[in-house]
Amino acid sequence: MTFIRAGLTLLFLLATLSSSGAAEADLRGIIAKFAAAKGFSEIGAVVHELAAAGDPAVERPLAALADGNLYVRKADSLVFVGKEAGESVQLSDPLSGEALGEAAKDDITKIKVNNTLRRVIRDALGTLTLGAKDPAVRIAAADTMFKTPDAANIGPLDAAIASETVASVKALLEQARAASVLVSDRPDGEKLTAIALIGARGDRDAVSLLTSVEANSTDAVRQAATAAIANINSTLAFWDAGQNIWYGISLGSVLLLAAIGLAITFGVMGVINMAHGEMVMLGAYTTFVVQQVIRTSFPDLFDWSLVIALPLAFLVAALVGLVIERGVIRFLYGRPLETLLATWGVSLILQQAVRSIFGPTNQEVGNPSWMSGSFNVGQLAITWNRLWILVFALAVFGILLYVMKRTPWGLQMRAVTANRRMAASMGIRTPWVDALTFALGSGIAGIAGVALSQIDNVSPNLGRGYIIDSFMVVVFGGVGNLWGTLVGAFSLGIVNKFLEPYAGAVLGKIVVLVLIILFIQKRPRGLFALKGRAVEA
Amino acid sequence: MRGNFSTITKMFSAGVVAAGLLTSAPVKAADDTIKVGILHSLSGTMAISETTLKDAMLMLIDEQNAKGGLLGKKLEAVVVDPASNWPLFAEKARELISKDKVAAVFGCWTSVSRKSVLPVFSELDNILFYPVQYEGEESERNVFYTGAAPNQQAIPAVDYLMSEDGGSVKRWVLEGTDYVYPRTTNKILEAYLKAKGVAAEDIMVNYTPFGFSDWQTEVSAIKKFGSAGKKTAVVSTVNGDANVPFYKELGNQGIKAEDIPVMAFSVGEEELAGLDTAPLVGHLAAWNYFESVDTPENKKFIADWHKFIKNDKRTTNDPMEAHYIGFNMWVKAVEKAGTTDPDKVIDAMIGVSVPNLTGGYSTMMPNHHITKPVLIGEIQADGQFETVSRTPGLVMGDEWSDYLPDSKDLISDWRAPLSCGNFNVATGKCGGKGTN
Repeated sequence: MTFIRAGLTLLFLLATLSSSGAAEADLRGIIAKFAAAKGFSEIGAVVHELAAAGDPAVERPLAALADGNLYVRKADSLVFVGKEAGESVQLSDPLSGEALGEAAKDDITKIKVNNTLRRVIRDALGTLTLGAKDPAVRIAAADTMFKTPDAANIGPLDAAIASETVASVKALLEQARAASVLVSDRPDGEKLTAIALIGARGDRDAVSLLTSVEANSTDAVRQAATAAIANINSTLAFWDAGQNIWYGISLGSVLLLAAIGLAITFGVMGVINMAHGEMVMLGAYTTFVVQQVIRTSFPDLFDWSLVIALPLAFLVAALVGLVIERGVIRFLYGRPLETLLATWGVSLILQQAVRSIFGPTNQEVGNPSWMSGSFNVGQLAITWNRLWILVFALAVFGILLYVMKRTPWGLQMRAVTANRRMAASMGIRTPWVDALTFALGSGIAGIAGVALSQIDNVSPNLGRGYIIDSFMVVVFGGVGNLWGTLVGAFSLGIVNKFLEPYAGAVLGKIVVLVLIILFIQKRPRGLFALKGRAVEA
Repeated sequence: MRGNFSTITKMFSAGVVAAGLLTSAPVKAADDTIKVGILHSLSGTMAISETTLKDAMLMLIDEQNAKGGLLGKKLEAVVVDPASNWPLFAEKARELISKDKVAAVFGCWTSVSRKSVLPVFSELDNILFYPVQYEGEESERNVFYTGAAPNQQAIPAVDYLMSEDGGSVKRWVLEGTDYVYPRTTNKILEAYLKAKGVAAEDIMVNYTPFGFSDWQTEVSAIKKFGSAGKKTAVVSTVNGDANVPFYKELGNQGIKAEDIPVMAFSVGEEELAGLDTAPLVGHLAAWNYFESVDTPENKKFIADWHKFIKNDKRTTNDPMEAHYIGFNMWVKAVEKAGTTDPDKVIDAMIGVSVPNLTGGYSTMMPNHHITKPVLIGEIQADGQFETVSRTPGLVMGDEWSDYLPDSKDLISDWRAPLSCGNFNVATGKCGGKGTN
């Protein structure tokens, strides 16, 4: 197969696009064999044959097969590319892509693929698309060929390197060629150059390749490979530390988001609000509802769904918070135990209400395209959703800080916290300040829910997972201090993520808890203790 | 400071009333009915999985009544809510048997809830049908296990990954939630893999807490473990809610099924419903049933389910099929025994054979486990599984694993004269102890 693959690539690279009618008829003949193929090995044989035909036109049927979109019509055993549309499937020609009407799902059978076949197709497409117009496709092809090195690829890669104009793609092609050299029977001198080239790449794929080379080659090459692996591993160890810090910061940003609303309701107002997690959940469900509406009515706006959900989630959670404060909590100020029990009851009621309305199962909240996937900084893979959540958490923190320190409302809030009676005598309507402060804290929890819906389950239990962590952050950071919450969240996140690789997730969490207990023994008021009368109140 | 006691009382009683309204109350019964207990959590963390089973049972009972009931009497469902609270499971089971006088109980999901009700069922001598895949190492006279034992799910799944079709995997990550089912299953799998010649350094075992949501470190550890030049796969016993963030992180870090496939034992159609499955295409799951299985029985079951639940988007899953099998077996055994008396029904159950939904028959074996086919499915873009491999015949549930030193000599046979759930063939005595 490897020779065939190399041959067809050469053919494709050298020949211009002079596809003849006869070749197309041949391809159709091969594609028709899918109808009779039974089992994955037979389908695989047809894939090989199709790839060996060496015509770029086979990309359409092969890609469709890999995606599970290739069908056989039961009536006449013809093969089509199909696109599901509700109960029926829209059929098109496997080579030309010309639309050929619809068929009911029962009238056609899908040609099944499994992972092994998908890999075969990917390899075949990799070689075929080496000369594609789109640089991204060429990069993908070079990447595939690097991961599945094959001595027969050297020729096609040489040709591709010679005609490549984009420097970054060229570098990748050269690495793919080096990988292929390593598994070929070329002289050791060439292999040593290849190892140097791959060693410079310095990522996990390079280690993976070199490890397999190390196992079966002559002394000189083996030593070079061992040295290159050691070299890469020492660089990777450095990146691992960087990765732990990034993961810690990212976990910290999630903790900050979850805790920041609580920093207001518990930190500033002193209400032990066990229903805080449910405010987060309401925010997440608001996101779900917004996405549902967008999906059915305005599908073009999907990428904006989170932006649209933000103000709505804030309003919904703030409104529920306001009702809880006016309806329950205001009667319980100064009685922490009753507040705890009452808000816990409220949290159960909210959970069960959501469960009754939306059902107990998870709801699907999609990721907009700008929040999917990852990018690399050196050897560090940073996922977009985590990065945006970090940016978002810091933005929320900044806005909240501004509201608290720079607006009249914030001034009133702080005045009521510092000395309620004095504030009241100055003409501040303390009950309303209480209500609005609680609504603000709840609203912030709601917008945290919008962000958390991107990385966690949207289920009635969503809030449960965050309530303990949120209290931990606020208590650790120092009750009543927003900066304390910020520092607390990030330090807990980073400590957790540094412990996790060594202690495991379960033990790591226990160690963090023990550390916090010890810390609270030493400093009962947390990292940043609030000074003033509020402490005695 | 402010507020008064009466307000609080009012508020609390309002809450209690509201909570009471939300849980379904048992139906008042007449004497000419046979009562069937349903013991599934309708609130709390397990409600996500168990509510569906409650509905499935109600549907099966409705259908049986439409067919004329059982022994000339109507069946009547008694639903209780143990609220994902393990001790409450035992209390509610006692209530069902002593107060409501049910003929049999269908229920439980987690192993810990099953363990908590076992003493109640043997003390009051009633029947429990347990519909979920579990870790084995147990066989009780009063329990019928209609879910998969490890050899009906985990072992065939690993065999598939080792085969050429599955990618000839050489390196294994056993990733699980930290509780009894993953720990025992991974112990069995580790012993099995080592027996198959896998070196200890090619196996990585890792556990995370319940509801774990920050998978960054674990996923990058899997990535690192997978870059040793050997084909790597993840065998996941990650439970429930933790799966969604796990798969999301896999997708975001660019781990594709073609490179490192994940084989899951606790991810079904229901879990995938809360997930954008496009990045997960090709990851695997091993079950005894998939909604996508194309048989007339299954088509009818799905159509009935959509009609009953009045929502044609709701999925069906493996534990629902287990209840379907278990309920039909019970009906058949009661007809065979001519009574609902638990002792007679328990004896009549063994050997009963009913159609399953995947185009074959399942039979109740003397060890109170059933025969089932094992299916391996790949996740598709539409949230369904495509069967890529299926055991040629039916697999008999093996309660005491042959791969664990403590249990390899144990067998279970509830027929007279042995009538023992843990008979040690080495010592010839009843009363062996497995790994738990």
